Order: sequence, then C-alpha cells, then structure tokens
Amino acid sequence: MSEMLGIYTLWLREVKRYTREKTRLISSFIQPLLWLVIFGSGMQFSNTGFGQISYQQFIFPGVVAQTLLFTSMFMGISVIWDREFGFLKEILVSPISRISIFVGKMLGATTDAVIQGSFVFVLSFVVGIFVDIQTYLTCLPIMILITFGLVSVGLTIASRMESLESFGVIQTFVNLPLFFLSGALFPLTHVPKWLRWVSIVNPVTYGVDALRIVILKSAWTPLFPWQYDLLALGAFDAAMILFGTMVFGQRK
Amino acid sequence: MENIGGTMDPIIEVKDLTKRFGSLVAVDALSFAVERGEVFGLLGPNGAGKTTTLSMLSTILKITSGTAIVNGFDVARQPSQVRRSIGIVFQEPSIDDRLTGRENLEMHANLYAVPGSEKGKRIDEVLKLVELEDRADSLMRTYSGGMRRRLEIGRGLIHHPKVLFLDEPTLGLDPQTREHIWNYIMELSKRENITMVLTTHYMEEADKLCSRIAIVDYGKIIALDEPKQLKEGLEGDIIMVKTEMVGELSHRLKDMSSVKDLKEQKGELKIIVKDGEKFLPRVVEIAANSGIHIESMSIHEPTLEDVFMHYTGREIRAGGGEEYHGVTAIRRRKIR
Repeated sequence: MSEMLGIYTLWLREVKRYTREKTRLISSFIQPLLWLVIFGSGMQFSNTGFGQISYQQFIFPGVVAQTLLFTSMFMGISVIWDREFGFLKEILVSPISRISIFVGKMLGATTDAVIQGSFVFVLSFVVGIFVDIQTYLTCLPIMILITFGLVSVGLTIASRMESLESFGVIQTFVNLPLFFLSGALFPLTHVPKWLRWVSIVNPVTYGVDALRIVILKSAWTPLFPWQYDLLALGAFDAAMILFGTMVFGQRK
Repeated sequence: MENIGGTMDPIIEVKDLTKRFGSLVAVDALSFAVERGEVFGLLGPNGAGKTTTLSMLSTILKITSGTAIVNGFDVARQPSQVRRSIGIVFQEPSIDDRLTGRENLEMHANLYAVPGSEKGKRIDEVLKLVELEDRADSLMRTYSGGMRRRLEIGRGLIHHPKVLFLDEPTLGLDPQTREHIWNYIMELSKRENITMVLTTHYMEEADKLCSRIAIVDYGKIIALDEPKQLKEGLEGDIIMVKTEMVGELSHRLKDMSSVKDLKEQKGELKIIVKDGEKFLPRVVEIAANSGIHIESMSIHEPTLEDVFMHYTGREIRAGGGEEYHGVTAIRRRKIR
C-alpha cells in the first residue's frame, strides 16, 4: 500500500514538473512539424512508390514513434537532474523500495512522453490524414507499450551516467539508429538483408508497424501481424523494466 | 541531559564502522553510542568523514565493515525500517525547486506513508514551526537559501522520525539565519524529544547545540565528551603572547610545573596553563627579566577550537587561508 502511494507520488511529481514547463509543451509541436512539413514534402517529390498514400502520410506514424522515442530517452535526464540537484537523495533515503522508485519514475516519464506523442496527432491534418477519436484511442495502448521499454532504457542509461554531457552523447548513439532503422522514414521491404535484420531486433520497428496498421488502415501492408507487434513490444518492455529495476537497485 | 555518562538507552550504536573507497579509508573503525533524546555532534574539518558516516547511518551508502544499529534496526540488514525511523537534512539542497514548499512537504509525507487524515495537519504544523506559512504555495525556486534550509529541516520532521540527522545544517548561511536555525534546533530538541545527530565544522555551532561531541579527524574519533568536559579536559586557560622572541620565551617557560602545553601559532606563543590569571603576571615578570619585549597578551578560557588544536595539532579550517591565497594570486595575475 505504502509502495503504491510512493509510486503515485513520484508519478505525480514527474507529471507536475512536465506540465509546468510551458516551453517544452510548445517545442513538442515543433520537431514533428519539421519532419512532416519540411522533410516530408521534400521527400514527397523524390518518391512515389506508396500507392494510395503520400510520403507524408507514410511517415506520419513514424514521426509519432520518433517523438515517443526521443522524449522517452530524453526523460532519462530527469535522473541526472535529480542527482545534480540533490533530490535523488531525498527519494533514496525514504522507505520506498528502489523498485518502486524506478516504477514511479518510469510511469511518470511514460505519461509525459505519451502526452508529447499525442500532440503529434493534432498535426495529422497537416498531412491530410483524418484521425478520429477511436483511432487515437486504439493508438494509445500501442504508444504506451512503445514508451515503457524506451523510458526504462533511458532511465537505466542515465542512472549510470556521471554527467549530462555524456548522457547526451550516448543518447544520440541510441536514438538515431533506433529511429533510422525502424522503418519510420523508409519502407523496410526493399532494404539490404543486413539492414532488415537490424530492424527486426529494433523494438521501434514493431511500434511503427503497429501504429501504421491502426492509422493508415488498409492502405498499409503490415510487416507483421499486429499481435506479433504487440508481443514483441511487450517482451521488450518486460525485459527493460526488469533490467532497469536491477540496475537501479544497486548501491555503492 | 539525564543520561550522560551512563549508556542507559542508546538509540544509535555504532561499532567499528568503516568505509573504504578503493584505497582511501574515509571512515576508520568508528565506535560510539547516541542516547535517546540527545543532540550529538560530529565535529571535524571538511573531509574528516562526517558526511560519509551519516550517509552510512541513513542507508544511502553501503557499509564496508562494522555494524550500526539505529532505533533497534541494523542499518545493513534492515534498511527500510531504519529509513522509516530517521529524518535527514542533507548538506546539499535536496528539494524539488519546481514544486512549491507545500508540494515538497506533501510529497515527503506520501513517501513516508503518513496517513491521509494526519497529513494536512502535520504539514501546517511544520510550516508554522519553520515560519513559512505565508510562502507555502510559492515555488521553491523563489525561496532564499535560509528559507530552503528551514523547509528542509521542517520536511525532515513530517513523518515524526525518532532520529534526525543534520549534515552541516547552517553551511553557507549568513550569521543571522544561522542563529535562527540554531534556535529552531534547540527548540525542537526540547519540545519533541527527538534525538539529533549533527555534523559541523563550526565550533560555535557544536558548542551551542550539542550535548556531546565527537571530534573526528581522518575518519577517526579522537575525543568524545560533553563540550564543557572537552574544554575542561585541557585543564587550564589559554594565554596568547605576541612577541618577536617566541622561541626564547618558550624556552624560559617550558620547565614550569603549571605550564601544560606550549605552541607557536601564527607567530604568537600559545600557553596552556592552570590558573591563567595567576600565571599572567609571572609571564610578564619572566619576559621582563630576560629582556624579551612583549607586544601584546591575551587570556581566554579554552574553546573547542583549542581542544581541536590540542588533539590534532592543526586548526580546523587550516585550508581556508591558503585557498584565499590562490584566488588572490590568480587575480593578481589577471591585473597584470
């Protein structure tokens, strides 16, 4: 019971901090907009092989996944902030178990990332996709599944980092390959074999695929059956949460 | 304090507590007991191992060897029971400055599972105690250093801990705020019958607040007693003599039976002597007879500073002066 209260408390804190930062709320529109409008319309002319859908529509679910990915990883920074500003000690010295601390932070960061990802749906009209409430609500659990594991990775890496700078560097090494090799920007059907293998072990691939199945409906030929996508994401989440709690639980 | 001297009812028992970081021994086989209800001080220079000791007692840092019992619980084996029994005010700030004061307190109450019906009452109580009622709903980042410190002390009390650890509670605060916080601590100790362990490198602070003091240096306790006892332990008064001929005067005095200790300190001769008032004229006499010119003299009862000097041969803030030199040196270089 007290553990649940602790998890709730830490979750609430993350969400409060996030929603109080107006600049971040606004900037969460900017990056997806750049991808959709600038990158999307630029590529539109060099590529026509998408049948009924435009390139912008093709990358739309990918940009949702990208927002989730980048935000999730970025949230790891909260661990480093907390350590720099000493707040981590206040949590660590409380009776709450390390596992609950990790879970509370993870849930909080997931909420923030999913809110951020949801903003991208507001931009769907820009690329001429009609997303109704039902489609969005179907996407929501997929978004949460994508985020759980990625947030755990972010938090785990951050908990081992000494400084903000080194976390930034590592982040780039993780973010960009996961993004580029997820099929978010180009279809994985015509890529060389080795690339295809890499994308199969990339959890984001399954997220992008599942989002496309829901958002683009019949216009999209799924890479995997949606059940496989969810299963792969679920397995990734379970593994990362477990790993994260283990790393977080260690004491000097 | 009722229990001083005897070990009737220790709430903290530390035995051979040791912390090693690689080859560095930060805390070296500390042993001490803290009585229920007392204000116990760990006094020592920066880097003496005080914070490390507190970190181990509050379960943040793993113990290398030795044992520590807090409120009947083993720190190494029952960390969550220990954490429930203690409150801690860290040396560095540890509040969330994007939340308000009240939110910080609420969060703390939840982390310690203070029952919902009690929560509001205790938060108001604590806010009143630290006189921050009117600022409770402002963001922490708008608080001054002293206000933050007060809120942190208040926060440490919300869950009614049995032991409150205070790590350098007034470090970096202005004298006025320091005085203010001292009053809180004394008031608290009287009112709540809470046991407090504080670390400090301010002599005055230790002297004023603590019922007993352990002087720590290089990870070891070199003296442990009531402040009064520690000072009386020097068995004498301190006479400082300013003269050009320190060595000569020292030589003349060193065989006298009432002289306990002679040291040169910043170009002055420091004499620890029984019945200082009576000895003072004798020093003047001896100096006059040997043609030693005395520029000035002063006499005072021993302070903790003298006690620390006596045991370690150093001043507690020996590093301070040199640091200043460094800065001045850099400035000079820049001006050129």
